Amino acid sequence: MERIPVLKMGPFLLVTIQVDLYDRLALTLENDLINMVSQTGARGVLIDISAVSIVDSFMGRILGNIASMSRIMDAETVVVGMQPAVAITLVELGLTLQGVHTALNVEKGMELLNTKLGDNLELDDEEEEDQDDRND
Amino acid sequence: MIVMTKDTMEIVREQDVVPFRNRVREFGTRIGMSLVNQTKLITAASELVRNMLKYASGGKVILEIISHNAKTGVRLTFKDEGPGIADIAMAMRDGFSTGRSLGLGLPGAKRLVNEFDLKSNPGEGTTVTVIHWKHGR
Amino acid sequence: MNTTAQVLEKNKERILEKWMQNQLSDASLRDDLMTSDELQHQSKEMLDGLLRAVSKGNYDNIYDTEFEQVTDTLRDISITRARQGFSPRETGAYVLSLKQAIMEVLIEQRKDDPATLYQEIMQLNNLLDNLSIVTFETFIKGREEVILRQTDEISEISTPVIRVWDGILALPIIGTLDSARTQVVMENLLQEIVNTGSNIAILDISGVPAVDSLVAQHLIKTVSATRLMGAECIISGIRAEIAQTIVHLGIDLSNIKTKASLASALQLAFSMTNLEVRRVDRNKGFKLTR
Repeated sequence: MERIPVLKMGPFLLVTIQVDLYDRLALTLENDLINMVSQTGARGVLIDISAVSIVDSFMGRILGNIASMSRIMDAETVVVGMQPAVAITLVELGLTLQGVHTALNVEKGMELLNTKLGDNLELDDEEEEDQDDRND
Repeated sequence: MIVMTKDTMEIVREQDVVPFRNRVREFGTRIGMSLVNQTKLITAASELVRNMLKYASGGKVILEIISHNAKTGVRLTFKDEGPGIADIAMAMRDGFSTGRSLGLGLPGAKRLVNEFDLKSNPGEGTTVTVIHWKHGR
Repeated sequence: MNTTAQVLEKNKERILEKWMQNQLSDASLRDDLMTSDELQHQSKEMLDGLLRAVSKGNYDNIYDTEFEQVTDTLRDISITRARQGFSPRETGAYVLSLKQAIMEVLIEQRKDDPATLYQEIMQLNNLLDNLSIVTFETFIKGREEVILRQTDEISEISTPVIRVWDGILALPIIGTLDSARTQVVMENLLQEIVNTGSNIAILDISGVPAVDSLVAQHLIKTVSATRLMGAECIISGIRAEIAQTIVHLGIDLSNIKTKASLASALQLAFSMTNLEVRRVDRNKGFKLTR
């Protein structure tokens, strides 16, 4: 049976979806991912959908489910690389993926997860981090 | 209204959805529809075909390229012989679903295309016709 | 006795000559837009078609198949003239001067038969009037197409996406935001976000004359789409009266970062990306430190 590979990268899991998902494949992915989160104790899940040209409400629900389920197991989910046409369509459809984090690409998604985990690996050169919120 | 190309596809299994979406994309590309408009049309088609599989265990779709008032577009007609829809107004409401879904299928699909028509009677099946023009208006 | 069609056919050359004279003598004709050779060729084609149709005895219904060629040529001419920038008067004069030429020739030929002449003039008058209506209809349609194309071009060029800083885009919106425009704005903005890898987009609405619930809806959609891509959106340029309408209409913008001016939006964007702008004492001007 066809499966989408899930890669483990340090504390994170990475899935790159490169085929048009039909329902069974999407449900298998949901299953596999959640099992992997529980087995590896991963702290974050990155789902790269840059090669996906269509996201309908079913697929949107799967993404939302993965995020909610992971959160219960203390892992954050970031959907990365959504195509502009897909984003415009989803908004028109009425689906804004509440509760799912988004990032432009895998690299930025990773950064986002690191910040969320309070892991300051990326902040080496940002010593003068002096948040100035006067303007808020 | 002139029909330029016509094709019919039977949808009976979940595996028919992806080839069907590709066929819709082909029709969109053929008339030079922009990527965003293609994506909207295919997403709407995907929602409708999913409904057809879920509530009527399949049906058929007629794909057409049409021309009207100097506009070109793609028309899709989804026909099933399922249980039909008892309360159309309710079914068109956001967040309403008799199945376990987000309830965005019908109202969402309607928002994605230029023209949307739904005919249904309980026990007599459902026919949904959508048109999306090349320039999305 | 000769029929009208035969008379016209026999005098075709003369009609064409007179018609050309009429057209060329019209002081308003733009010889800069069209050479007289072109005009002669066009007119001959048109007259040939007309006489062929008339010879079938049809004077009433210009939508019949006999007239297809005539109306097609006429539409062609009108639409070309509309695009080339001819005035409605010049375009209309085309058919009207043909009418004059035909009448002149008929009057010459039917000197001794006023009854037939009267009959013929009535018929042809009617026919050519109908044709001139077609001319105007098509002319206006041609102009409308020009307007539509320009509208598209305007919405294309009036939504520039500016890269104001590494990772920060600004998009000043000028004019009313309708759904077609929103589409263009979204497409341009999202594509530019992908191209530049920007994290923040500032939507400046200082140039939007009014914000009603529909415009607000469009703004919210744009912000949602930007977030789905993984970037954040700030709306700036909210004037006092816009803030008032938004509250009076009960529009909820609480989930969206809003700022009064582009400058403060930029400052917020800097602080979101951990950037700081500081005045440096020794040098004049500003220096940015990471």
